[in-house]
Amino acid sequence: MRSALGGGLGLQLELHFSAMQKTMDPYDAPESTPRQHPSCSLKEYFLAATPLQRRLESVRKQATSFVPTPPRRRIPQRSQLQEDVDPQKVAFLLHKQWTLYSLTPLYKFSYTNLKEYSRLLSAFITAEKQKGLAVEVGEDCNIKVVFSTLLGVKGTQSDPEAVLVQILSKPQLPSEDREAKALWTGWFCCVFGDGLLETVSEDFTCLPLFLANGAESNTAIIGTWFQKTFDCYFSPLAINAFNLSWMAAMWTACKMDRYVAATEFLWSVPCSPQSLDISYAIHPEDAKALWDSVHRTPGEVTQEEVDLFMDCLSSHFYRHFRIHLSATRLVRVSTSVASAHTDGKIKIICHKYLIGVLAYLTELAIFQIE
Amino acid sequence: MSVLRPLDKLPGLNTATVLLVGADDALLQQLADSMLKTDCASELRVHLARSLPLPSNVNRPRVDLLVFVINLHSKYSLQSVEKSLHHVDASFFLGKACFLATGAGRENLCSVHRNTVVRLAHTYRSPVLFCDLEVEGSRAAMAQRLARMLQISAGHVPGVSAMSLLSLLRSSESPSLEDL
Repeated sequence: MRSALGGGLGLQLELHFSAMQKTMDPYDAPESTPRQHPSCSLKEYFLAATPLQRRLESVRKQATSFVPTPPRRRIPQRSQLQEDVDPQKVAFLLHKQWTLYSLTPLYKFSYTNLKEYSRLLSAFITAEKQKGLAVEVGEDCNIKVVFSTLLGVKGTQSDPEAVLVQILSKPQLPSEDREAKALWTGWFCCVFGDGLLETVSEDFTCLPLFLANGAESNTAIIGTWFQKTFDCYFSPLAINAFNLSWMAAMWTACKMDRYVAATEFLWSVPCSPQSLDISYAIHPEDAKALWDSVHRTPGEVTQEEVDLFMDCLSSHFYRHFRIHLSATRLVRVSTSVASAHTDGKIKIICHKYLIGVLAYLTELAIFQIE
Repeated sequence: MSVLRPLDKLPGLNTATVLLVGADDALLQQLADSMLKTDCASELRVHLARSLPLPSNVNRPRVDLLVFVINLHSKYSLQSVEKSLHHVDASFFLGKACFLATGAGRENLCSVHRNTVVRLAHTYRSPVLFCDLEVEGSRAAMAQRLARMLQISAGHVPGVSAMSLLSLLRSSESPSLEDL
């Protein structure tokens, strides 16, 4: 294990990390009941109900089953991509830093009109860029927008297909054969979004998770076009420390043949005059060994296991540095599967667990929409 | 190790004492100031502590209400409150103790899920109150609420006791205690 303190201290220690057993008294928690999925019984009773009635029922069901709250259980998605996906086609989604947004359902979005949307959006972007800027000539005129579907990036059959939007720069000379360069890429997807799909009517397409890579100005322009055309709303998706620790535990739990990166955490210490950052890196196999010693039921991750995993790391750090990591804020988690930053930035590294990572992010996006 | 007991001292005349326990000094200080500003018929005394047990060499009055302040932005405050709970006599949880969770509004800064605090309060059969102590208005409203609860716990309100207040607060929040 290697720990480094930023902010001018430059202290580096090579420490041998050994798996720790720590006993923690759990609360007298109520007997864990599996999470009630409201949609199963909803289908039986409310076949002809309006979307509003269905939504009210699901909210009411959630409210009554809220207290007493069972410990949250989540199943790590170890599923591979579905067979009709070419791994090379989605390879461009990996190793790129994406900024996350949550998106409300799109009204009257049709998969057959993608060429039409490409045309409209190209015209909109060109108009926006030329607005009031008479001096810049020729720079932004040669762009083209392409809408396409990403097959296979979804969890169940009922999830809508993922949509990819790219701003490509047209080659300057028609005789040149070079490929159009992607100036900006964004994609919408919905992975295991059953909770949301149940409650919207057929006119709406639910693609709650939006990932963007490229210039912020382009993201804003495209966001405005979508909001005007489909009556939806974008909002940036931030990931809080609680969810980052869940991600750390779930990604450490993933079985990997080969680890490409160390497991790293970044904590931010609130202190004046400037905040201190603590970076804590662990050898990935040690992290997996620690997780295996904490983990009990195969196929499920519980709140207690996540807390115990993080507490073991914190107490190890405290033993050496006398700093309570629990008083600081977890800002970044980086593993061999993916890395996430609290500002809503994600980078997916392993294609095997792409669906799993997207499923958790979709859940966070749906939670933010609701 | 001294355990905090509710009835080991005689009460003072027309005084009510509240003990705020929490890891965040600044928040506790602000809450204490807000509570002292509320106009109340009884004389309020506010004591602050970072954790329990309290040092035994100080002469302090009887504690009428115990408030555990948990900052949802810091796991450390939850852990220190959990450790302090071991030094409290069980009879405090008959209406003389409550949990106060702050910072639930700012979701992106939360390190602790609000359900964790709800379950903790449920385990100790005590009410949990949510507010944002960093916002002036929310803090003032919570201070007034706590001052009222303090008056009831100290017995200054005729006809309402701490236990009856506890059962009133409980029935709206947790209908199914049998599950525990």
